[in-house]
Amino acid sequence: MIVCVKQIPDPAAPGALDGATNTLKRDGKLILDDSDAYGVEMALQLVDKAGGGEVSLVSMAPNNETSGLRTALAMGAAKGVLISDPALQGSDALTTAKVLAAAITRLGGADLIIGATESSDGYTGTVPEQIAELLGLPSVTFAKKVSVEGGVLKVDRQTENGYDEVTCALPALISVTAGVVEPRYPSFKGIMAAKSKPVEEVTASDLGITPVGWAGAGQKISSIAEAEARQAGEIIEDDGETFTKIVGFLENLKVI
Amino acid sequence: MTLNNIWVFAQVANGAPTSATLELLTKARSLSSNVTAIIGGDGASAAALGEFGATKVYAINHGASLPGVAIAAALKSVIDGGDTPDLIMFPQNYEGRDVMSRLSVKLDKTVITNNIDITDGGDGVTVVTPIFGGNTLVSTTFTGAGPFLAAFRPKSFVAESAGGAAAAVTAVSVPDLGAAGAAQVTAVHVEETTGPKLDEADIVVSGGRGLGEAASYAMVEDLAKLLKGAPGASRAIVDAGWVPYSYQVGQTGKVVKPTIYLAAGISGATQHMVGMKGSKNIIAINKDKEAPIFGVADLGIVGDVHKVLPKLIEALKARG
Repeated sequence: MIVCVKQIPDPAAPGALDGATNTLKRDGKLILDDSDAYGVEMALQLVDKAGGGEVSLVSMAPNNETSGLRTALAMGAAKGVLISDPALQGSDALTTAKVLAAAITRLGGADLIIGATESSDGYTGTVPEQIAELLGLPSVTFAKKVSVEGGVLKVDRQTENGYDEVTCALPALISVTAGVVEPRYPSFKGIMAAKSKPVEEVTASDLGITPVGWAGAGQKISSIAEAEARQAGEIIEDDGETFTKIVGFLENLKVI
Repeated sequence: MTLNNIWVFAQVANGAPTSATLELLTKARSLSSNVTAIIGGDGASAAALGEFGATKVYAINHGASLPGVAIAAALKSVIDGGDTPDLIMFPQNYEGRDVMSRLSVKLDKTVITNNIDITDGGDGVTVVTPIFGGNTLVSTTFTGAGPFLAAFRPKSFVAESAGGAAAAVTAVSVPDLGAAGAAQVTAVHVEETTGPKLDEADIVVSGGRGLGEAASYAMVEDLAKLLKGAPGASRAIVDAGWVPYSYQVGQTGKVVKPTIYLAAGISGATQHMVGMKGSKNIIAINKDKEAPIFGVADLGIVGDVHKVLPKLIEALKARG
C-alpha cells in the first residue's frame, strides 16, 4: 500500500502568497494535511484486515520538510519517500503527479495507492487521477467506503445525488473523502518509533524528472487582486429576544 | 489568442442538461461560435444543448465504466483524429474533475481548477480563481499551445437560452482501456430528498458543529421547512456522519447563492465560506463572537443556537 500525503502550512494560520514568486508561502513548519490522515488510516486498516503488508508514504515538499510525514509514520506507516527540490517550486498539479508517480514506481509500485480527494491548501483536486493515468492504473475517486474481498476492490463512490457501488481489480488507485474512517491519534510509542523509521530523500532528477517549476507549468499568474468585501452587517449579543430581529429581517425581505 | 473551437463537458440528470452545463455553454458561446458539448451516454439531450449554444455533440457511451477514464480516452481519439479544441471547459464536480485529470496526462497539458471567470484577450486566455476563502482573486493566463483545460465552479455564469437549433450528434466509441478500465459500476444509489434542491433553493438553512449533537439538526430541518427552503450543513457535521454528504455546502460540497442563507452554529471555515459567500443576505447565529462567519453576516446573533432557534421556530409557527 502506498499513500500520497501532502505536508501543508497550518490551516489555522492565515494563508499568504510570496510576493516574489506568487506561490503559496510554505516556508514555515508544515503539518500533515488533515485530508490525508483518512488515507493513511484507511491503508493501515486494510493492511490489518489483509493480515499482512506494509504502508509506505510518498510526499513532495520544500526544504526537506518531514514533520507531516513523521505524523503519518507515527500513526503506523513503515517508511516514506520525500521529494524535495527547489527546482520544483511553482510546479503545477500535472508535474506534481509525475513526480509522485515516479516515486511510487521507485518503491516498486503497490497493490493499492491512496490519495485524498483534494488538499486543504491548494485544492486542485486532480493529482490522484493524474497519477493513475500516468501509471496506467484503474482508479475510483471520491471513495466513501472501501473494502478488499478476494483480491477485488469494492468501493462506495460519492456522486452528486447519492453513491455508486464500484468494483475494481487490483492494482488500483483510490481517492478517499474525509470521514471515510476515523484517523487514529499517534500513540507515544508510535511517535518515538517514527523518529527512526526510514525516509528516503530524493530530488526530481533522481527520479528522472526534468524539474520545470513555473517555466514549464503551462500557466503564469497575470494578476492578484482583493475581492470586493461584503458590507459589515449588524452583530448583536443574544438577550433572549434576538429571534425577533431575525423575524424582522425576514419580513423586510418579504419571505414571510 | 482567439478561441475558435471550444468544448464543454456536459452532463445530464433526469433527462435534462444540468444547470452547470447550461452555464458553461452560455459562457462558451460568448467566446466562440463553434461550441461542442461532450456528453457521456447518447445524444438524447441534443435539442437542449443546442438551445444553449452547442452546435455539435460528441456522445460517448461508456457503459458501466467510470466516466473519467473512458471519456478521456474517447476525447483523445477525437483529438488525434484531427478535431483539436482550443479550450475545454469542465464543471468543478466529480465527473468533470476525473475526465480533465485523465485528459491532462494524455495531452500533457496543465489544468486550472476552481475558476469563476474566463476572458480571451490580447494577452491570451485568462481564468480567475478565488483563493483564501474568496478574499483574493488570482488571474492566471495559459501559456504555450492548447488545448487549455479549465474547470469552473457552479454558478460562475448565468445560463441564458440562445434559442439555437438542436446540435448535430456524433457518437464516439470508447477505445480499449486495458487495465486502466477495470473499475465498473455495479449499482447506483440515489439519496431521496424532499423540498427544493439545496443548490437551487431561494432560502438555505445550514447547521454546523455548534448544534452539539446530531439530534439538534432537526431544528435546522424544521426551520428550513417553515421557510420553504433547503437544509444544508458544514463539512464538520457531514464528516461526523450527522447528515449525508449531499447536504454539504462548501468547497467540497454544493455552491449556493440563495436570497437568504442562515448559518446556525457554523464558525465559517474557509472551506464553508467558499460555498455560501455569494448569498444575497446572510444571517449567522454562533456562540463565538470572533467566528469568521460574522465577517460576512448581514445580521449576526452572538448566542446559543439551542436558545435562539426554538424561539424563532415558535414565532414562525405562530404566524402560520
